[in-house]
Amino acid sequence: MQIRFVLAALRKHRLATFLIALQISLACAVLCNACFLIVQQVHAMRIDSGVDEARLGTVKLSGFDPKSANDFNARVVDALRHVDGVQSVSVISGVPFGEPGVRAGIGLDPDYKQFGGVIDFYLGDDHAAHDFGLHLISGRMPSPDDYMPVTKFVPSNAPVLITRTLAEHLWPGQNPLGKQFWGLDTQFRVIGVLDHLSVSQPGGSEAKDPDWSVFVPAIAGPNLAGKYLIRAQPNDMPRVMREAREAALKAAPDAVLDTDQSHSLSRLRHSYFESARVMVKLLAGVVVALLGTTALGIVGLASFWVTQRRKQIGTRRALGATRGDILRYFQIENFIIVSFGILLGMLLAYGLSLELMRSYEVPRLPFGYMPIGAAALWILGQLAVLVPALRASAITPVEAIRTL
Amino acid sequence: MFAYYVKVALHNTQRNKVLAALMVLAIAVGIGASMTTLTVMHLLSGDPLPGRSQHIYYPQIDVNPQSKGREPLDMLDYRTAMDLWSSDKADQQALVANSMVKVRTPYSTRPALMLPMVSTTSDFFSMFDVPFRYGQAWSKSDDASRTRVAVISSRLNDKLFGGRNSVGKTLRLADSDVRIIGVLDAWRPSPLFYKVRGGRFTDGDTSAFYKKTDDVFMPFAASLEVNAGNFQAFTCWSAPDPNEDLRNAPCVWVALWARLNSAAKVNAYRSYLQNYADQQKAAGRIKYADDIRLRSLMQWLDFNRVVPSNVKLQTALAFSFLLICLTNVVGLLLAKFLRHSGEIGLRRALGATRTAVFFQCLIESAIIGLLGGLGGLLLTLFGLYLVRLQPVAYADLAHMDVSMFLVTFALALATSLLAGALPALRASLTPTALQLKLL
Repeated sequence: MQIRFVLAALRKHRLATFLIALQISLACAVLCNACFLIVQQVHAMRIDSGVDEARLGTVKLSGFDPKSANDFNARVVDALRHVDGVQSVSVISGVPFGEPGVRAGIGLDPDYKQFGGVIDFYLGDDHAAHDFGLHLISGRMPSPDDYMPVTKFVPSNAPVLITRTLAEHLWPGQNPLGKQFWGLDTQFRVIGVLDHLSVSQPGGSEAKDPDWSVFVPAIAGPNLAGKYLIRAQPNDMPRVMREAREAALKAAPDAVLDTDQSHSLSRLRHSYFESARVMVKLLAGVVVALLGTTALGIVGLASFWVTQRRKQIGTRRALGATRGDILRYFQIENFIIVSFGILLGMLLAYGLSLELMRSYEVPRLPFGYMPIGAAALWILGQLAVLVPALRASAITPVEAIRTL
Repeated sequence: MFAYYVKVALHNTQRNKVLAALMVLAIAVGIGASMTTLTVMHLLSGDPLPGRSQHIYYPQIDVNPQSKGREPLDMLDYRTAMDLWSSDKADQQALVANSMVKVRTPYSTRPALMLPMVSTTSDFFSMFDVPFRYGQAWSKSDDASRTRVAVISSRLNDKLFGGRNSVGKTLRLADSDVRIIGVLDAWRPSPLFYKVRGGRFTDGDTSAFYKKTDDVFMPFAASLEVNAGNFQAFTCWSAPDPNEDLRNAPCVWVALWARLNSAAKVNAYRSYLQNYADQQKAAGRIKYADDIRLRSLMQWLDFNRVVPSNVKLQTALAFSFLLICLTNVVGLLLAKFLRHSGEIGLRRALGATRTAVFFQCLIESAIIGLLGGLGGLLLTLFGLYLVRLQPVAYADLAHMDVSMFLVTFALALATSLLAGALPALRASLTPTALQLKLL
């Protein structure tokens, strides 16, 4: 019944109605996409690295003579093992959230006819697989004779532990155990499958999935030196890392400690996602500012309309309309305008999403975000119109008659 | 008449302070957000060598013998780079390779530092117009005779020598003594163009291109001896032996920059590159001779998409926000002008033309725009301050310059006039008689 009045009134205020609807549609477009980007970033930050981050730290030294690497490794590992609270020390080639270590393209045949993608290789000595806390889901962990010296960048013909995701990508639907792949001028044989092991720079490398990495057992030597993994109790970590850095420098006074990389893994992870966190805060700020501006716009225009229609409202009240009728009138009016805005907004949201896909390499906006954005704007509209609408419903019939 | 309009506009603005404040706030926030991101974008997408960049070129040849004929690799292998460089076909040219070098001084016991070093040739400094504070660059003969000299950044000079003239002093690089012959003045090209490469593999996270200048510069050949074993390949087409010299490795790791002063020279150089590639193909060393590129500096930066996609996204978001603020202000102005319909009707009845009413309303919007612009400027300065606090490589660059200062006000004024035009038009169309009757 009221809807007819509302539509008739809106037809008289086409310009203002169109403006509010336009503002809501823009807000809807940005809101849906911003929320989607926030969820994307948060999802990326939540990545499971597959290693025991809270108990791990790493120390990186450089500037030593590779010819004396064996002696160097022995000195540093010994010094680190003697730091109070250190449970285990291993020599590795890299850690998740650290500098890129060994990274190369692989093929499913010796001639690389079937390209498998660019993946990360984590090399580690006989303590590393255990220290990392790798979670094996099938196959076996490396046995003592699987550890071989590094010839080029990796040991030749090495057995490897592969992640479930990478195995599924390389050999869909097949049992990966015993399968082979080629890379770095040698071949690899799968002996075990890991639940997770993230690449060193998730989201920032050529790997199509953050889980595209393998663990390669290796023996420390000239081509595997300078990076050490330390395992300790989580609550002890800050102190252990501080002392470990000093101990490493003391054991190798002529080497240079990489102060950016020598930290606990939790800290490396924290700084790795620093810019993503800034982006999330920024996007959240945009969303809040956006909703605030839109709400203010609605309040402003609704208040204006209430003032303008005082006489009409008074007349309606005098003719028997209840306060509830007046309140509902403005609520229905707001609902109709917001609905128009949302309709247009969905198209805009989709357009904006296509534009973002082109320039920002994000996936397409899932349709699920549209109803959420729509619901948010409906609620916002109803809340914003409530104050002016209540004021309108408080207009007494007398007021109308007095000013007539 | 104008002064009178301004007076009336100021009076009207004061009549409804809350509404006016809301509009000023909306414009200020919109402008602040847009200008902060636009300033960052402007700084990051600028020309690192203004006045020179159009003559600087980056030659590429598809040196990969297993190439699939797609885009050539981002750098050159040692042999190709040396062949091109020694042919001396350009007006000026410089080889560039990068490595980390261990730096100590015999004068102090401070622990060794690992610092980024540029291995280059003498033309680098004059070609890129690098400013010197003390001393000078090395000469062509130093390149040939592999003289162990170095140019250091002013930052390193401050750190090691307290900013004093360190020319003639000795630096221990890796395990060799090297004499300092020059100290750079402040030099901060944005982006650090001579290290830009591989941008298309970064997934949009290109903030590393805006790092500060390297600390040590050494003659190319001499540095290969001094820092042997510490050079890293950009990429390899088959696995190199890590213990072997990178000069013979199947890897690309050397960049060549050339200065070509005229279009004729550019064409001549391009045909030279083509000839060279044809010869190498005939010799069986490369596979695709036609796969060559000769991009200018700015083309190379565009190709690498140097502006981080985060910054682009933030700018897009900020401008969408400004658009929403704009529609908001249009709505509020409309409400404001229509509320004054009575007076407008009276003025029309007393002889004011529609144009006069229109301009008077427009001046009212312009005043709100200017106030919003002022607020927006303050918010922009605050926004840039927040950017400087971020842990990104380009944080220290985020400052307002004169052009951006002017753009702020232009944008504020344009926004408010745009916002004011429609409501002003609507107000000027107010029917006179009806409004008078209602007064």
